[in-house]
Amino acid sequence: MSMIAIKQVSKSYGDFQVLKNCSTEVAKGEVVVVCGPSGSGKSTLIKTVNGLEPINQGEIVVDGTTVTDKATNLPQLRSRVGMVFQHFELFPHLSIAENLALAQMKVLKRSRAEALAKGAALLARVGLSAHADKFPGQLSGGQQQRVAIARALAMDPVVMLFDEPTSALDPEMVTEVLDVMVELANEGMTMMVVTHEMGFARKVANRVVFMDAGEVVEDADKEAFFAEPRSERARQFLSKILAH
Amino acid sequence: MFAGFDFDVIVRALPYLFLDGMAFTLTLTVLATLGGIVLGTLLALMRLSRFAVLSTFAASYVNLMRSLPLVLVIFWFYFLMPYVGQWVTGAANPVRVGPFWSSLVTFTLFEASYFCEIIRSGIQSVPRGQVMASQAMGMTTAQTMGYVILPQAFRNMLPILLTQTIVLFQDTSLVYVLSITDFLGAAAKVAQRDGRLLEMYLFAALVYFAISFTASFFVRRLQRRVAIVR
Ligand SMILES: Nc1ncnc2c1ncn2[C@@H]1O[C@H](COP(=O)(O)OP(=O)(O)O)[C@@H](O)[C@H]1O
Ligand SMILES: [Mg+2]
Repeated sequence: MSMIAIKQVSKSYGDFQVLKNCSTEVAKGEVVVVCGPSGSGKSTLIKTVNGLEPINQGEIVVDGTTVTDKATNLPQLRSRVGMVFQHFELFPHLSIAENLALAQMKVLKRSRAEALAKGAALLARVGLSAHADKFPGQLSGGQQQRVAIARALAMDPVVMLFDEPTSALDPEMVTEVLDVMVELANEGMTMMVVTHEMGFARKVANRVVFMDAGEVVEDADKEAFFAEPRSERARQFLSKILAH
Repeated sequence: MFAGFDFDVIVRALPYLFLDGMAFTLTLTVLATLGGIVLGTLLALMRLSRFAVLSTFAASYVNLMRSLPLVLVIFWFYFLMPYVGQWVTGAANPVRVGPFWSSLVTFTLFEASYFCEIIRSGIQSVPRGQVMASQAMGMTTAQTMGYVILPQAFRNMLPILLTQTIVLFQDTSLVYVLSITDFLGAAAKVAQRDGRLLEMYLFAALVYFAISFTASFFVRRLQRRVAIVR
């Protein structure tokens, strides 16, 4: 059963076409890694999934709900789709505990006690219980990103979207974040992950989508993708990023 | 020049100057600041709205207010408000609006245009990713504004908002054109009555300076404390 279906999606900024007839799917329980050169449209594509970026053509269905339908209640849909950003985007004016509780209370209408308890449990899960009363600015990048993952999980999402979750981190912090993501994948979470961490892709991905210049150039099983990318562009991209 | 300087006239006038005059000045400053911030926030949201009608209206309002001398606006409102009140309520005669309410409304409307611009740049100083993150969790536009963007905007802009309040504190002295007994008005009345212009105007200047200077000092200290750590 497909959790995310992206069907022939196109999007332009004025004359510039960011997405050209992109299609792919993420099945329930599947982990799909999206990679490609910078500027190829990966962030734009993943943001169309929860309607943060409107599209000009095509259709997107998430868990049976058509995102691109005008009648769709986007806030309600988004509350079931977790998203993690490159720059964490924790709320700097709120403590870590409040960061985790805010949307639970305001969107899911959970009581404050319930939201704090749920937040505390997830903080424990990402190993950051000791930091509940601190503010985001007092945490390292890796810790902030783990909080951001916990914050998204607090909404009980049916699918998680990640947009380059480790590319703003110092190298020594990448692992702690990837570990959390690997654990999540192993627990069966459906994930769409934009990343250049090919180690992560090899370990947990089911499929790899390669994008270039707004197009989905390759959409293949992990083994096939790493063994023998069909396109020249993917081959070049892989050799470049695997070189270091 | 200071040979005939009479300190005693100041001392005798102190209760009147502060309990009547300064009390009015501070009340007007505080209420107009609160009103100006509420209205200014609304205007800022309108200015940033994607609806052209709202943003054009707010922009025109701000530009209009900023292009008029405050003292003129004070005058106009004082003389026009009774007729506006009559028109709104449908009363038979112009509605009596006391100088206090007239000046409060004037300052609120006038300061709102300045607070609007401060709050607008405060909102724009919050990174776009914060809006994305809020919306990605299902928060509505109003929730995003209320719980995420505005709290940060106010924190970022607090020193400038307070500085604007200090300016407002000084500007309230313009209500003298309505013969109101604010601090300056009280000093002027004593000066006229006792023929002690030098003493009273010098003292008034010193008090305005001392309060504004002290307040600015604390605003600068606060600025360092409230800065959001990112
Ligand atoms: N708001 C925007 N307006 C105009 N162009 C944009 C906008 N956002 C992104 N782009 C352009 O779209 C292209 C794809 O961007 P993006 O999806 O962020 O790529 P990626 O995440 O793969 O690096 C880039 O060339 C970028 O400059
Ligand atoms: Mg990107």
